[in-house]
Amino acid sequence: MIKTIVSTELPIDEQFRIRKNVIQHGRKDGLRFCVVTGTHGDELEGQMVCYELARIATEHIDALDGTLEIYPALNPLGIDTIQRGIPNFDLDMNRIFPGDPQGTMAEQTAHAIIEDIKGADMVIDIHSSNLFLRETPQVRINVKDAEWLVPFAERLGTDFVWVHDAATVLEATLAHSLNTTGTPCLVVEMGVGQRINHKMCRRLVTGIFHLMQTMGMWHKAAMAELPQPIICKGDCVTFLNAETSGVFLTELKCGINVSQGQTIGQIVDPLRGQVLSTVSSPVDGYLFTIRAYPIVYEGSLMARIFNTDRS
Amino acid sequence: MRTETIFEMTSPCRDNFRIKGFRFGEGEKTLAIVGAMRGDEVQQQYICSQLVSRLTTMEQRGGIVKGRSILVIPSCNPFSMNVSHRFWSMDNTDVNRMFPGYDKGETTQRIAAAIFSTLNGFEYGIQLASYYVPGDFVPHVRMLKTGYEDVETARLFGMRYVTTYQPRPFDTTLLNYNWQLWNTKAFSLYAGKTNQIDVNTCGETIDAIFRMMKRTGIISFGTHGAAYESIVIDEASLQHIKARHAGIYCRLVETGSRVTPGESLAHVIDPYNGQILNDVKATAEGTVFFAHHRPVVFQNALLFKIHTQ
Repeated sequence: MIKTIVSTELPIDEQFRIRKNVIQHGRKDGLRFCVVTGTHGDELEGQMVCYELARIATEHIDALDGTLEIYPALNPLGIDTIQRGIPNFDLDMNRIFPGDPQGTMAEQTAHAIIEDIKGADMVIDIHSSNLFLRETPQVRINVKDAEWLVPFAERLGTDFVWVHDAATVLEATLAHSLNTTGTPCLVVEMGVGQRINHKMCRRLVTGIFHLMQTMGMWHKAAMAELPQPIICKGDCVTFLNAETSGVFLTELKCGINVSQGQTIGQIVDPLRGQVLSTVSSPVDGYLFTIRAYPIVYEGSLMARIFNTDRS
Repeated sequence: MRTETIFEMTSPCRDNFRIKGFRFGEGEKTLAIVGAMRGDEVQQQYICSQLVSRLTTMEQRGGIVKGRSILVIPSCNPFSMNVSHRFWSMDNTDVNRMFPGYDKGETTQRIAAAIFSTLNGFEYGIQLASYYVPGDFVPHVRMLKTGYEDVETARLFGMRYVTTYQPRPFDTTLLNYNWQLWNTKAFSLYAGKTNQIDVNTCGETIDAIFRMMKRTGIISFGTHGAAYESIVIDEASLQHIKARHAGIYCRLVETGSRVTPGESLAHVIDPYNGQILNDVKATAEGTVFFAHHRPVVFQNALLFKIHTQ
């Protein structure tokens, strides 16, 4: 059943709507599992994941015992205009939660989203990095929530779970706002902005049904065992930033082990035909983020490596 | 006056990115003034250019008090202004939400770190700021409530209002939030407009800055227009008036106007047939502190903030 959770007039003959698909079967007072995505309009992997979840859950409705709610587009104007943020609004939508019913339209929308989702038994918030970075499928968890949420994350079948420090600004994310109200929310990052990686999406769909199965909401026989992710806790991530501005060239993809001194790529000057700097790994570890967009400035993030020696 | 380059960086295809500062006087780090942090803050950049001009003359006449020094940074983001882009033109990040910065971090974190290392340690700090909601303000001094805000010094600007507000999580990376935490008496000045130059409010703001400098003993002479006895308010006390319908927005009052209950403040018009969908009225007597200024509005958009006391 399609439900509208936000409906607001736009200036010229258009209604701004945020909608969800509520798929229910079995116990009406059973568990409620929400999948949300599209907070950032340039992150599209969640679109395919939502499609597959809705398709499979509808086709195999007898396997569902509880309620699956799918929110494919929390920022529909951003998705339709290929913008990361909300058009005509300065702030990142994922920095204004839990919103404000008295605030701007964006803040009112954020408030309505939280009010609609909270109380769910599990929320998966799907992101796909941005235009600039490519990410291996991973779950990100605030260190404050690690004890509670890592056991859920381990059942999603991603390659990597990153338990990271709590920056103050991250307190304004959807996930943090839900987690502080007691609604468990896992943030999934994978792929790259403006593109859809089918293989990654199918893996996450399998992982979500696997998690639902372990929660007693999905009863379909013969689900394959999923691999255990690498769990990254503490200060174990090395960030590599560009030493020079230029054009980044690499042959590597993320999701691989690298060794100390190994070249990740080069930053070159197309005008003079020179290599300006070489990006190399300072540690032995697991490369889970790599620069996707080739134009870089000094400081641009080039890679993130899980330092296996420090773990 | 001495010119210095505070930060310089190569770019992939453009000229080097440079942030320039202009220093006046000698001695202790007394006052730093920051202009355009975003590419559309033209009013803020213009005000700084006028400050540099007037301070140059004042310094030549011996008007800067001995042992006091002033730094003006008219633009922290010339690259964005040159391409008419509000935020960092490469990745759309906001330099003003990167403080205190990180010199080994991402590009805008490095820019913020360079700016903050230069600004840190000043006794007073002024940022010519703009707001994340589109609209015009009564020129005012704004401060975050961090426990370090200095309302008494804020009154010395003699602007019509001094406002304080409770910071939200996304405010903790602003320049002024961090300036305050690092013991600078920091003030955001809202000069009415952002992406256009309003000579009247610019003049009012420039006078306010010179008035503050005179009253705090940074400069020694000059008269700088008539001062207001500032009204100090918590922004949470402002009355919000919203659009009941979306449509074309016709504003009927200006910021600073005194309004009475029942007075029409704006009309929201049906974009197809011109019918008035929403006659936006004041519900209490007060002063228009903020007014939306885009020609179209969404339903429930914030149109006015009224100071009703």
